[in-house]
This record gives sequence, structure tokens and C-alpha cells, in this order.
Amino acid sequence: MKSRNRNVEFFLLLFVAALVIAGYVLASLGRSSAIPANIIPFLVGILLLLLLAHLAVRRFAPNADFSLLPLAGLLNGIGYFVIARLDKDLAGLQATWTLVGVGAFIATLVLIPQIRRIEQYRYILMTIGVIFLIMPLIPGFGREINGARIWVSLGPINFQPGEFAKIVLAVFFSAYIVEKRDVLAVSGARRFGISFPELRHFGPILLAWGISLIVMVAEKDLGSSLLFFTLFVVLLWISTGKASYLGVSAILFFGGALLAWSQFAHVKERVDIWIHPFNDPTGDGYQIVQSSFALAEGGLTGTGLGVGNPENIPAVETDFILAAIGEELGLIGTTAVLILFLLMVGAGLKISLMSSRPFEKLLSSGLTTLLGFQAFIIIAGVVRLLPLTGVTLPFVSYGGSSLVANWILLALLLRISDEARGSETDENPTSTEVR
Amino acid sequence: MNRNIRIVGITLVLCFIALFVQLNRIQIFQQEDLQENPSNMRSVIRDFNRERGEIFTIDGEVIAKSQEIDGQLKYERLYPFADLYAHSTGFFSFQYGADGLERYYNDQLSGQTEKQRFSSLEDIFTDTDTSADLTITINHSIQKTAKDALGERNGSVVVVDPRTGAILAFWSYPSYDPTIFGSADLENGQKAWDEFSSLPSSKDPRLPKMYREIFFPGSTFKLVTAAAALSSSSATLTEPEFEVRNTYTPPLTTFPLQNFAGGTCGGDILEGLRVSCNTTFAELAAEIVGAEPMIETSEKFGFNSSPPIDLPSPVPSIFPDDFGNQVGETDNDPPIPILENTPALAQSGIGQFNVKATPLQMALVAAAIANDGIVMKPHLMDSFRDQNGKTIETYKPVIWQSVLSRQDAQSLQLAMETTASSGTATNLAIPTIRVGGKTGTAQIDADRPNDTHGWIVGYAGPQDGEATLAISVIIESVPGEGQLTGGVDAAPIAKAVLMEALRVQGILE
Repeated sequence: MKSRNRNVEFFLLLFVAALVIAGYVLASLGRSSAIPANIIPFLVGILLLLLLAHLAVRRFAPNADFSLLPLAGLLNGIGYFVIARLDKDLAGLQATWTLVGVGAFIATLVLIPQIRRIEQYRYILMTIGVIFLIMPLIPGFGREINGARIWVSLGPINFQPGEFAKIVLAVFFSAYIVEKRDVLAVSGARRFGISFPELRHFGPILLAWGISLIVMVAEKDLGSSLLFFTLFVVLLWISTGKASYLGVSAILFFGGALLAWSQFAHVKERVDIWIHPFNDPTGDGYQIVQSSFALAEGGLTGTGLGVGNPENIPAVETDFILAAIGEELGLIGTTAVLILFLLMVGAGLKISLMSSRPFEKLLSSGLTTLLGFQAFIIIAGVVRLLPLTGVTLPFVSYGGSSLVANWILLALLLRISDEARGSETDENPTSTEVR
Repeated sequence: MNRNIRIVGITLVLCFIALFVQLNRIQIFQQEDLQENPSNMRSVIRDFNRERGEIFTIDGEVIAKSQEIDGQLKYERLYPFADLYAHSTGFFSFQYGADGLERYYNDQLSGQTEKQRFSSLEDIFTDTDTSADLTITINHSIQKTAKDALGERNGSVVVVDPRTGAILAFWSYPSYDPTIFGSADLENGQKAWDEFSSLPSSKDPRLPKMYREIFFPGSTFKLVTAAAALSSSSATLTEPEFEVRNTYTPPLTTFPLQNFAGGTCGGDILEGLRVSCNTTFAELAAEIVGAEPMIETSEKFGFNSSPPIDLPSPVPSIFPDDFGNQVGETDNDPPIPILENTPALAQSGIGQFNVKATPLQMALVAAAIANDGIVMKPHLMDSFRDQNGKTIETYKPVIWQSVLSRQDAQSLQLAMETTASSGTATNLAIPTIRVGGKTGTAQIDADRPNDTHGWIVGYAGPQDGEATLAISVIIESVPGEGQLTGGVDAAPIAKAVLMEALRVQGILE
């Protein structure tokens, strides 16, 4: 089982490397009719990176799921060759971030040999998470870029602590809910045929909601705000199965959304652009209109890598990278990306199903939800299904914080997977829990 | 818990299905709408980064070419003769799209017609330059003469070969240098664009007035009225005779219509054309020809429909198509209906009221008469050549409309030649050459009789053969600057251009 999993992973990674190198060469051919000059270092680099990650998993999480690492590698690779085709300088940085990301992935696997070790640090993690969240608001520390105050300057490095806060808070939420599970699941009065927990148990939801509102209002980060709230509600619901939590959350969400829409210009503007993008195609609606044009230009099969004009879309390397993929690789390309994310979601939730301890179960579903839901809301923004919320497309978009954070997220998932599958082969499956 | 995890999974799958559906809508079902959206510049950018054929005049001058440059754009589009061909070529701009021939023949110039892309099996696998060079029918020296002759007066000159419909000169002042929009200096282009856009449309140099602006044709329209009389058999060149007078008052009004400069004239149609008699033609239209034949004949000449020229968005010339209900009839034999708006019909008969024509349309009126009643489809394209110099498409002349019988056309030729030899158009006459002409002095406002457009339409050819040239010239009124007349102001311009064209055709030494 163990070695077979890793061998499959190894061959999938070779396949990933071949696809990414092919994409990289095609994009260069499309752009300048020449094989890229650095093709040999690129080839060696990508093989080395994937091999390193693979060896780390083989050594430190030998029983882990075989599909997640290749899927992440492929998404990261697709993102890389699209960015390389858009902006050479960013591509250099993205390569560095990928290296750091894989390094963080390996470090996480090494430093967290057992996932339950982090469970006990939940309140420390909560503190760290909240600090990360509000860091951008500290004067002289935080910086506002492109209208969102989600950046922090530490010496020469700018990063988005919110990307890491997501993971830390996922750990905290899971641990907290497991701890309070019995209380949270207790039924109180029944109204409208639904059993409501006692009022005070809604406290944590209100707290999560409040934090989300702060993030949205003070940092103007709609996407992260939505993500935190969703994460918490999903975890609460998975562990308790109480529809009332969903109902109350939905009311809170729509209340908050309505409040934000009526009170805050930047939210109202996003919604207006979403509803009427073609009212001002050269002004406010420019980005989303250009994105639609790019997707339409791609059609079914795309213009071909390096042959389209996705450069016109503002923020095409980050939020709108899917539009670039849609233009040059067509519906086939965008569908492939959707499928890759769905496969990751499937693999992640499978880990959750296989885990035996509630904390691991919750954490792995939480991390998977973060990944899948983040991909959903940004793609939904790009294709005008929802208002644009400005988060990155995990693994694909340009951005150091996001990339490193997602590699750490992946390491945590693999760690849980390793333990779940490891325990499966144990003679006494519950032994880990008893200990 | 596991059940809930599965529900979360199903929810995410549903979310992604929604994304897939929406991607299908944008990328497949709305694809065409989005690609054709006016603010979508992608097709222009695509064309801008591709080889594009050159445009030549018939005598081999390059009037539009692409030049490879370093920078975000791979090419820029240059027009070596600056403003001279702007209204034919149009522009090809990264920011503002394309106009003129650049737009009309975009697919051929950029090599995107199916025929060009896949002319041989090997082209599918190799990256060959499929763009085609366009040769147009305009002759450089005639075009230059037209520009010089008109000078810095607002107006237009259109020369067409009546036998084929080939446009030989196509000039309108003011013009502009399309290189401003074709060059990579986008900032400069935007400055010029904004400046032009702030002007009233009559002063906007981007407007190709010869096919996109309409003017009162004034007395040049009497040719159409005469044609209506001849083809409806309600009159001949010599029958009937009209009263010699200085005003004519149409039925249903007490407001008299005057001759030019208060003059006195009358007699038959031939005489009416020779001296451009308003009273004669107003009565002819209102009481002898009538509304139906007037509308029918003007539409045969091309009024009320867009001319089929190979340029984008040509504007139709206008002749009113409704003069109201019948309120009586004339007492001549046969009687014709008197309509509510018969006074307007009288005005229309002399090219006023709501009659408006493009300079191109008036050149086609002259061409129809000169070509014995058959008007050919006007065109600028002569041929396309691929990058190996092989001709891939050549224009074949096509009849647009049969306007007049040969006999009626020849009657009108006689009248026009009389007008040129001894009437209002003597300034058009060229020794040893067969020349026909008709002047026009069109009032633009009844209250300001001195603000007039000066018009002339005419044709020329060898003395004993068919006409080889048809022309229209308009000098637009400059309010307060005094009267412009067809005979004095427009005719010399037309004569200079015709003489150059005759030299090019080898008819004149």
C-alpha cells in the first residue's frame, strides 16, 4: 500500500512535469516563435522541485494520499507558465515563491510529525490568527495596495498575513469546535420545527461574524471575509449537523452583506459592476468586461498559448488568471482547471472521511473547504457569477503569501492523510484515540 | 459527521458545476456577441500584431503600409501621402479600430479570408504571410490635382469612370493624416482624436463628406427632374414650352418661387437646363411630372438607398417619398394629381426643400446620363495581390441600376453639352473634348440667399466617342462669406481635374 501509493505519485509527478514543460515551451513558441533559452535550467528546476517534495512525502508521510501533490504541482505549474507568458519579472519571483512554498511544505511535514500536537496549542493559534488578521490595520506596519489593506511590510518583504491566518484559524476553529462539541450540539427550545441550541452557543458564530465584518470593512477584503465566515459555519455544521446554525448564519450573512452594500461605497461599487458591467466598459467595468472578452476570445479551444492578448485585463496575473487561461486554452483549459480543483476537493474530503478522530476530520474538511471555496469565489467573480471578491486562485495565481500558505495547507492535509491511512492498516484502528 | 462532510462535498461540486455552466455561456454561447461588442478591441489588437497588406493607387503609389517596430505593438500603420487619401483608406488604429478601406477590406488586407488562409495544403502547417496588397482605382495625379484645385475651401471632388464605376479621384477638404491614428504614439493619436471629436461634425476632418455627408443639390438636381419628365413621357426636350417669367407660384400656396438672381427665363426643357431656370423646373415637377415619377426616377438614380460602394457606412441621399394626400388635379392632359405638399414638390424639383445628396450620388447622376442611362456600381477596389505578387482577385464591373432609356439619356447628354458650350457651365468646356455639365447654386437657408453651396456635375470624353469621365464638385457655403456659384466657383475646379484625367487617359495631350 505504502510504496504503491508513492510510486503512483512519482509517475503522476513525471506526467505533471511533462505537461508543465510542454506548456512553457508552447507559450514561448506562441509568443516569440522560439524555444525558451532557459529551457534546460527550467526542466532541471521543475523536476528537482517535484522530486524534493515527493521524497519528503515518501520519507515523512509515506502513507499519504497520492493525488494531492501532483494536482497541486500541476496547478502551480499551469499558473507558472501562464505568468511566465504574461510577465517575465513576475515569473522569476513566482519561481522563487514556488521554491519557498515547497520548502515550507517539506518543513511542515518535518516539524509536525503528528497533527494532534498542534491541537493543544489552539488558543495560542487563535491569538496568532487574530494578530495576523488585524496586522494590516496597525499603522506603519500595514499597507494598502490596490484598495485593500491586507499587506504588511516587514523590512524588505511585503506579505499578506491573512493567507496564513486562514490556516491558523482553521486549526483553531476545528480544535475549538471539537472541545465544545457536546455543548454546541445540545438542543434547546424547538421553534418552527427546528431545535435551536441555547442562545449563548451562538456566541462563537457572532464572534466569527464580527471578525469577518472587521476584515471586510477595515481591510476592504470581501473575499477573505466571506472565506472566514464560511469556514467557521461549515465546520460548525459538519460537527453538529444542526440546520439552525446554517439558518442563523445565512441570516447573519445576508444581513451583513446588505449592511455592507448600503453603507460602504466599495461594496456597492463591486455589486454595481457585477450587475451592469457593460454600463461603463472603459471605466469601472473595464476589468470584468475585458475578462469576458478574453474568455469569449478563447471559445472552446483557445487562441493557443502565447497567442492571445490577456495582458489587457488588470490584475490578470493574480485574481484574473483564469481569464488568461480561458483566452489561450479555451473552455477546455478552464474546465481542466475546474476539474483539478474538484479532484483536490474530492481527495481532501476523502481524507476527512477516512480520519477517525474528530479534530483531524474537521481540520481536513476545513482546509479542503478553504481551498475549494476560495477557488470557487474567485472564479465566480471572474465569470460574473458573483461580485468580484479579490482573492487568489490557490496555487495558480501569482503571489508569494498565497502560494506558500497553500503549500503549507497541502502539507497539513497530507499529514492527516498519512495518519488516517496509517491507522487504517493498524491492527487496532482505535488505538491512536485511546492513547 | 461523515454524512455532513459528503454534503459539503456535494455542495462544492454543485458550485463548480455552476462555474462550468457560466463558462460555457461566456465562452461558447455569448462568444459572438462579446467578440462583436464595440468596446472589444481584441480583433484590432490581433490584426495589429500581424502582417498587413499595403494599399496602392492604380498607378503604383503606396498610400498605406505597415512598418515593423519594437515595442508593445509589432507594427504601425503609415500613410505616406498624409491627408491625400485619408477619406479612402480611412485609418487603422490600435485605439480606435478602423475606417474606410482599412475596415471594409480588413479581412483581405490582414490575410484572414478562408481563401487566403488555406490557399494551399502546405499553408495549414506553415506560418506564411497570407496578407494581400490592395490596388485601388484612384489615380495619384488626378487625386493630387483635385486636392490642389479645391485648395483650402471646404468641399469635395468625386471623379468616376461612367463605363465601369471605378472611382478615379475621391477628395474632400478638410482632411487629416491617418498616420496619427496608425502610429505607435498612442498619446498623440488620442490628442488628435479628442480634438477632432470636439469639433462640430461639419468641421471634423475625419468625416469623408463625399459619401457620408448630404447637401442640398440645388440646380444639379434638375437633371433628375428632367430625366423624370422624359422617362414618364410627360415632356420632351422641346415640349412643352414654359412661360418666360421671373417667378412661379405653385398650386396651394401664394408664396412665389424665384429665379436665380431675380432673372427672367422660360422656354423648353433644353433651354431650362441651359440657363438653369427655376420657374421652369418647379412647374415641371409640380404640375407636369408629378410626385410618383419624381420619386421613382430619383430612386432609380440611387436616392433613398445606400450606394453599393466598397466603403463602410455610406450615407443614402434623400428625396422625399411622401407629398401628402391628393386634394385635386391639374387641368392639363393627362391630368396629374395635386397633393397637399405640391409646393414642396415644386421646391424638390429644383433640389431644395428636403432633397439632399452626397457628392458621390451627384457624380453617379452625371455618370448614369453619360453612360447612356446605365449606372455602374461605384467601387475603389481594383485588385488584390498576394505576397508573391500573384493577383488573387480582380474587380469585374457590375451594373447597379438601369436608370434611363438610351434615347432619354442621349437627350440629356445633348442638354448638358449645350449647357457646357453655351449655358451656365461654359467654365467647364474644354476645346476638342466632348463635355457636358450642369451647375448648381444651392441655398442652404431661405432667409440667407447669399449663403450657397456651389455645385457642378458633368462628364467628358473624346469628341466622337463615349464619355470616359464623370465628375461632381461641391464647394460648401461659408456663412457670411458671400455667394458661391456652380458656374464661377465650382466649374473651374472640375475643369482642371477633368483635363488632368483626360491626360491620364491619353485623350488630351
